[in-house]
Order: sequence, then structure tokens, then C-alpha cells
Amino acid sequence: MATNVITGPARVSGNLFAFMLDVLVALFKRPFQIREFLIQAWFIVKVTIIPTAFVSIPFGAVIALQVGGLIKQFGAQSFTGSAAVLAVVREAGPIACALLIAGAAGSAIAADFGARKIREELDAMMVLGIDPIQRLVVPRVLACMLVAVFLNGMVTIVGVAGGYVFNVILQDGTPGAYLSSFTALAQLPDMYQGMVKALVFGFIAAIVAAYKGMNAKGGPKGVGDAVNEAVVITFTLLFVVNFFISAIYIQLVPPKGM
Amino acid sequence: MGVEVRVEGLTKSFGSQLIWNDVTLTLPAGEVSVMLGPSGTGKSVFLKTLIGLIKPEKGHVWIEGVDIANCSEKQLYEIRKLFGVLFQDGAMFGSMDLYDNVAFPLREHTRKSESEIKQIVMDKMELVGLAGAENKLPGEISGGMRKRAGLARALVLDPEILLIDEPDSGLDPVRTAYINQLFIDLNAQIDATFLIVTHDINSTRTVPDNIGLLYHKHLAMFGPREMLLTSTEPVVAQFLNAQRVGPIGMSEEKDADELAAEADIEMPPLPPVPFQIEPSNGMPRRGQREPGAWCRENGVTPPPGSFEKAAATAVVGG
Repeated sequence: MATNVITGPARVSGNLFAFMLDVLVALFKRPFQIREFLIQAWFIVKVTIIPTAFVSIPFGAVIALQVGGLIKQFGAQSFTGSAAVLAVVREAGPIACALLIAGAAGSAIAADFGARKIREELDAMMVLGIDPIQRLVVPRVLACMLVAVFLNGMVTIVGVAGGYVFNVILQDGTPGAYLSSFTALAQLPDMYQGMVKALVFGFIAAIVAAYKGMNAKGGPKGVGDAVNEAVVITFTLLFVVNFFISAIYIQLVPPKGM
Repeated sequence: MGVEVRVEGLTKSFGSQLIWNDVTLTLPAGEVSVMLGPSGTGKSVFLKTLIGLIKPEKGHVWIEGVDIANCSEKQLYEIRKLFGVLFQDGAMFGSMDLYDNVAFPLREHTRKSESEIKQIVMDKMELVGLAGAENKLPGEISGGMRKRAGLARALVLDPEILLIDEPDSGLDPVRTAYINQLFIDLNAQIDATFLIVTHDINSTRTVPDNIGLLYHKHLAMFGPREMLLTSTEPVVAQFLNAQRVGPIGMSEEKDADELAAEADIEMPPLPPVPFQIEPSNGMPRRGQREPGAWCRENGVTPPPGSFEKAAATAVVGG
């Protein structure tokens, strides 16, 4: 079974996909590990909430600055608010959320599973007749999805607020214009789309991290490699998936007429 | 009780690297067997294949009519309840203290009340000499203690088959002697089938009923303890007596030149066969045989000094 340039990645993606199916099947197995789910959700919140807040303020501000400058040249300052909201809700929110979920939660999950794998804890668990996928992976996947959706909400609010502050204070926008144009371009489905994105990103990040961690090998170095690979693969996947969801969304939902 | 494990034609390779080929043996029900082999001959892989953690390329592992190597995931999880496994480093769950670790299988698989669980856990902790350490985390204790805690967890469901991976690595000689005695006492008490993977010669010579030797990607020999201890087969004699002279080299097997150079050197005479460790309460185990019984039945003259008190104490040392 020599692995070359073509079969190597193909095998890994195949295994990853098979792992995902295993998780989907285990999702419906009882008893559901509610305790583990809550512990993990709380843990993910702890590692992501502060970095997310700090990331989303400049995110919103940058969009406000860029869009604000551009839109001024068209003489449509009154639409700055709507453009910022559109950008934050549709793209910036889910992307910032994806970065944090993959970087903070994903790396933590991969490191945890990697350490368990090389200490033979996972083997011990299987030998004790317990399926680690059902017991450990499913709660983490669900926790990641739940927290991702909430994080997305937080990024959106903090981002829009950041945009507001920068627009009003630094760009001489008027608060009234910013607020009143909020709903000029953005619409409710934009937010649903952002939530769906966050849900999908949380799922992918947890699956990849768990898969990489559970397949760590070669001692402590293997754990480091697994974490590194998990984060890199997740980032790449999330940006690709983000593009596809956005493309589909734009096809499906007509832009709001003005 | 105790369950027979029948291994037929087991073959495993990782990629193009063959680990071992066509391993066939039967672990007799209720007996203690030791699997020996030079480092890197896949002893741990063999053990993991027996519990279905690793799938072999070929062959069968029959336990109570189920072929572990080829059965469904569901059957596998069911049959694994017969097993207790002690992993090399104990494999304790790092996030739980020792008490929760040992109680884990009970909480998962039985409907016992917490007070019953406490009773059983305390019994097992006492058995392995860890009473008083229940609230320590696995990260806070020594490797030897982790190993003993792992043993307590493996015992908690009263297994029919106990697989033990290198119980003596990282243990001092006195603790090793104690843990060997513990295995024999446990075997007398619960009558489970034991398989111990090790390369500690002292334990191998005195603990098991049967010995197997993995060497050069195959099973060199498997049989009663006295058969291997009196064997003049070069590989077996070399390994069981920890000598440099013989077919096993520093890295894998020796090459032709080295063997030719050694051709004239005679293998040193076999040391006396020591007594097997007996249960400390004096009650004979089911698998136990009279010292020298195998040699007499098969017309083998054991090396001089075998089965004598002096020889036994000299080699056992504990």
C-alpha cells in the first residue's frame, strides 16, 4: 500500500469522509452524553469568546473604513450602514467565527484526542466496550456547532457596533443615516445564511480536529503534527465551503430591491 | 470459567512491512500464558489483534465461537466485555481520578448502585495496593502506580480473559515480584485466561503455564513452560537465557557471517528449571501442574538442579 502524491491525499479525504459518516450514525445512538456535551460547550465558549470579541471589533471597523471611503466617492454616504451590515452579517461574521472555531476550539480538540490516542486511552475505552465516537466525538461536534452559531451572533453584533463607532466618530457619518440604512440592503435571510454557515463550520472544524487527533501517531511529536494539520486543513476547508455556500445563497435568494 | 482463545493463521503487516506471519496457537482456558519476543517483534500488535483493535490481513481469533478478527462492530463490543486489558502505561483516563477510572466500566456497563460500586472499587484498589490513592489524578502518580491502577480497572468487571502488556516495564524488581504473585493469586481466584506480554526473563521462567516466543516475523514456539525452558532450539534457548550467543542479533537476526563465526561455539548449557510461583494461599490453580510433570510425560531430562529448592530461590529471587 504505497502512498504517492495522488493516492495519499485521496486516502486521507476518503477516511475523513468515512469518519464523518461514522459520526453521523453515532449522532443518533443513545444514551446521549449530555454531561460531556455541556462540559465541552462551556470549554469551547471559554477558549473562544474573548478572542472572538477582539477579532470582531477590528473586523467591523475595517469594513466600515473600506466601504465608507469607497461609498463616499459614489456620493452615497447614507448607505454606509447598510453596506457594513451586509458585509458583516453575510461574510465577516461566519469567517471570523470559523477562524476562532478552527484555531481555538479545533486545536484544543485535536490536542486532546491526540494525547488520548498516544496514551492508549482511546484503545482502553474501546476495550471497555465504549465507542469513543459516540462517547467523545459526538458531544464535541454538537458543542462546536452550537457555540459556532452563538459566536456568529456575537461577531455580528460586535462587528456592526464597531462599524458604527468608526463610521460615526472617524468618518463623520451621521448616526441617523447609519441606523436608518440598516435594512436597506440587508434582509433576514442574510442572517439565516450566516447561522447556517456557522453551523456547518462548527461541524467541519470538530470533525477534522477529532479525526486528526484520533489518528495521531508517533508519540508526542505526532500530537503536535496532528494539531497543526487539523488547523491547516480546517482553515482551507472552511474558506472553500464558505465560498460555495455564498455562491449558492446568492443564486437562491434574490437581492433586496431598493 | 475462563475462556479458550484460539488463534489460527494470523498474519499482520503494516504497509509492506510484515509484522508476523501465520501465527497459530491456543491459549488454554484458565491458564496463564506469556508471549515473549525481542523488542519490535509486534508483541503489542499481537495483543491488540486479540481484542480486535487491529484487524489482521489473514487468520482468525476464535473466542466462544465468535471470530474477533472478522466479526461485526456490534459483536466486537459485546465480546470485549469478556476482556480485561492492562495497557503498557495503564491508559488511565487523564481527566478522571483513580476512583472514577476504576468505577468507569461499572458505571457504563452495570446498573449497580453507587454504594455497590464503591464496595467493588475499594476491593480492587486494595487488591493492587492502591488503597488511599483513590482521589489522585493519573498525572500525579508514578508509572508503577498507574500500571496497578490500570490492573484494578481491568479486573473490575470480572473478566474471563486478561491481557496484560508489559506489566514489569518501569517496575522495580520487588514490585515486579509482587505483581507476578498477584497474577498467580488472581488466576487462582477468578480462573480467567491470562496472556502476559513481556520480555522479563525472570517473570517468564516462573509465572506462566505456557510460553510463546515471537521471533523473526513468526511464532517460533508455543507450549508448556517446561517444554520451552528445556528446549535446546537455539532461538528459544538464547532468548530464555538472555545470552548473546545464538541467532538473535542486536538489530533483528544476525547475518550469515556472524552465524558462521559462531557455528563452532557451543550454546552454553541450560540453567536449571525453577519452580513455578504458587498461589499464596496454597490452593492449587486449575492450570497448575506438578513440577517436572511435563518433562516426565515427554521423556525430557531437565537440566541438572531443576525443581530443587536451591535452584528455585536462586532464580526466582522473590
